[in-house]
Amino acid sequence: MRKISRLGHEARLGWTLVGPALSVIALIAIFPLGWTVWESLHLHELRMPWLGQPFVGLANYVEIGKDPRFWGALAHTAFFTVVSISLELLIGLFLALAMNRAFRGRGFVRAAVLVPWAIPTVVAALLWRFMFESEGGIANALLVDVHILKQPIVWFIETATAWVPVILADVWKTTPFVALLLLAGLQNIDLSLYEAAAVDGANAWWQLRHITLPLLKPAILVTLIFRTLDGFRVFDLIYVLTGGGPGTSTEPVALYTFNALLQNLRFGYGSALSVVIFAITFGLAMIYVKGLGVRLGGDET
Amino acid sequence: MTSVASKPRGKKRKAGISWGAWVFGAALTLLILFTLFPFYWAIVASLTPDAALFRDPSLWPQHIILDHYRALFGERDFITPIKNSLIVAGTTTIFCLCVGTLAAYALARLDFKGKAPIMGFILAVTMFPQISIVSPLYLLLRSLHLIDTYPGLIMPYMTFAMPLTVWVLTGSIRQIPKDLEEAAHVDGATRRQSFTKILLPLAVPSLATTGILTFIYCWNEFLFALSFTLGPERQTVPVAIALFRGMYQVPWGEILAAAIVATAPVAAMVLIFQRRIVQGLTAGAVKG
Repeated sequence: MRKISRLGHEARLGWTLVGPALSVIALIAIFPLGWTVWESLHLHELRMPWLGQPFVGLANYVEIGKDPRFWGALAHTAFFTVVSISLELLIGLFLALAMNRAFRGRGFVRAAVLVPWAIPTVVAALLWRFMFESEGGIANALLVDVHILKQPIVWFIETATAWVPVILADVWKTTPFVALLLLAGLQNIDLSLYEAAAVDGANAWWQLRHITLPLLKPAILVTLIFRTLDGFRVFDLIYVLTGGGPGTSTEPVALYTFNALLQNLRFGYGSALSVVIFAITFGLAMIYVKGLGVRLGGDET
Repeated sequence: MTSVASKPRGKKRKAGISWGAWVFGAALTLLILFTLFPFYWAIVASLTPDAALFRDPSLWPQHIILDHYRALFGERDFITPIKNSLIVAGTTTIFCLCVGTLAAYALARLDFKGKAPIMGFILAVTMFPQISIVSPLYLLLRSLHLIDTYPGLIMPYMTFAMPLTVWVLTGSIRQIPKDLEEAAHVDGATRRQSFTKILLPLAVPSLATTGILTFIYCWNEFLFALSFTLGPERQTVPVAIALFRGMYQVPWGEILAAAIVATAPVAAMVLIFQRRIVQGLTAGAVKG
């Protein structure tokens, strides 16, 4: 009996302590999310207040379905996410394996790679924009010097070349984070496995394929989730680097939504776009968690 | 590319390993160069006259000038966005730490039903896209006349800062051994006493790490700050830099000087607290 009352007391205390934080989150994150859904079912043009705010059902969503700019934006987002994450996982894995072994200057490497992760994305985007800006920029100069380019090119004028600095900047900024998550996973692997394999004469490549990668799978999947969701909400980087251009050929969904909301002041339509982005993100997270069986650390083990 | 430094066994293997080590070293050096070069180049450019920026760029600074930094703090008034960022990021961080510590204590130390769902909920909120609540927050702030004010930024910032704080802090407090608190309970200490007298002092490093992380996230935030401010008086550092305009051309020298100024405090924090930040970031994120 006493145990039950103690547990009851602990539960009450627990909820009391968690209460303030939870209500803040509910009030400023969850309640607005509901409001977005409500807005998305209405016509709401801030530029044309005389139209009022009539209920239009799913009209905004029907418009999205027929909106080529939205489908384009979705394709750009997916392209950006897949390409940048693939590169980040490959380089991040190499970095993690490197940082996991003892060598002189390891502390320096760890600190150096962390700096790009910590600086504002806007700044990262500007640094890369500057390097690729104009025919007389440093990227052109270096690439011509090593004979990768015959002559300087204008990077931001064509879609294919405009993606290069975007992807490079994202890889540059985010790989450290990927490497850190993978490193945490690596440090959980039992070293005796490698010793046993080495005794059996297994080489480094075999060890990587049969010990490191399988045991690192949970960490890789968690990283994939975090990065996929990040990739789908990319905004700052492209806003600064290309502004979505040339034209709208590098515009991601978040930037299109931002333009619909705060440039064109179409709140009904923009809200519907927001809901779609939310649904896609949520769906992706679900696929990862349910489909791939990723376990996110929530409980003590 | 093994993750353990395998010791060379016998002379035959030695050649192969040192070749591997050479490739490894070269790749790592290239990566470090790739990481550091943009910073180096921005520093060089911020000290170069605008006219010389895109004409035959040389890897070494030719004639160094401080004009861009002078203009930045003179006619540009870059002090204002710095002040705005400090106020917004600082207030958000302090508020989140106060409220978040209570929640994190409960989630890390108390045993009650609903803990796992709460953690799941908090993690889900850290992941959801900011853009999906821009429209209601804008309408809400507009009706409260909070567009272009400090509270009008601090409130939206809680949406990502609060879950982040609670999540990182919970993970971090869980790693503090329970023994002392349990001993105190045996000796008849109340929960409040064991929290304030024992856990809080032990948790100071956790609070510092979490505070640094939350502050960095707020300092770097762009979408909300861009959406909910109107002019230079309330713009934060990232917005101010992104919207820099010159009279006739893009003022790259000043932009890069501003980039260096905005980066310096964050870079310093990262270099000083590197180990702690790594722990905070990965605590709870990855299970073996």
